Amino acid sequence: MSRKLLTSGLFAGLAAGLIAALLQVTFITPLLLAGEAFESGAQLHFSTTGSPQSEVIHPEAWADVTRNLNTVAMTIVTYTGFALLMVAGFAVAERFGRGPVDARRGAIWGLLGFVAVQLAPSFGLPPELPGTIGAELAARQVWWLGTVSATLAGLVAIGFGRTAMSAAVGGLLIAAPHLIGAPAIDTYFGVAPPELSAHFATRSLGVAALSWVVLGLIAGLVWDRSRA
Amino acid sequence: MTKVIASARANTDVLGIAFATVLGLGLIFAAGFSHASGMHDMAHDTRHAVSFPCH
Repeated sequence: MSRKLLTSGLFAGLAAGLIAALLQVTFITPLLLAGEAFESGAQLHFSTTGSPQSEVIHPEAWADVTRNLNTVAMTIVTYTGFALLMVAGFAVAERFGRGPVDARRGAIWGLLGFVAVQLAPSFGLPPELPGTIGAELAARQVWWLGTVSATLAGLVAIGFGRTAMSAAVGGLLIAAPHLIGAPAIDTYFGVAPPELSAHFATRSLGVAALSWVVLGLIAGLVWDRSRA
Repeated sequence: MTKVIASARANTDVLGIAFATVLGLGLIFAAGFSHASGMHDMAHDTRHAVSFPCH
């Protein structure tokens, strides 16, 4: 069991992490670099010259090899962490007779992992482009962790509960962090153009959705194949 | 006898699940939340892309 957990977790984390990193460097890093140009002041939007326009820049994302290798490594580490938690979830689900998990079910787990770990926290705390601001860090980290935990618990209640009551409790758990509200900013202060920031947010979510589904699919596939 | 084997197996299962959970959380914490500056710089782009509250 331990071996099966580790092999499927590590394999899925490596594969999905690689794909996520590739998508990230291709689609997200150019926007990050552009955001940093505005953050550092190398580029100005709504500058003191009075012009409301600023030129669109296209940074070369592949040029900085060290930076990208770091990103590849840390993305693999992150997705391996997600994968290990997911296969632990597979094992628990099967112990409670809610299996067997295969590639198809794994993909659904992946999609719901995306919902819990990315989509739900992003509803309150949008993915942040460098050069935009957020509320105080510690408060955001606490809200992020609380939201991910509550959403996971809510999804488990809805997915595995047997009564209407458990589904209702699940829905409430998912809604609660947003009814409480994420730590908010009280001024707008971002120096990056809103167009750039919005594109960064939508791309982050898109890349994450795909990477999570791949993660679940591969984890489920390896898990199913290594059934003793 | 069967019962003993079954319960021993269940215990390794629980250990395996606990181990995978702790390892998984550790990796996510290191990559996503560690304040050590080296870790922050290495993981910077990943944190932004995965929407971890970063700085």
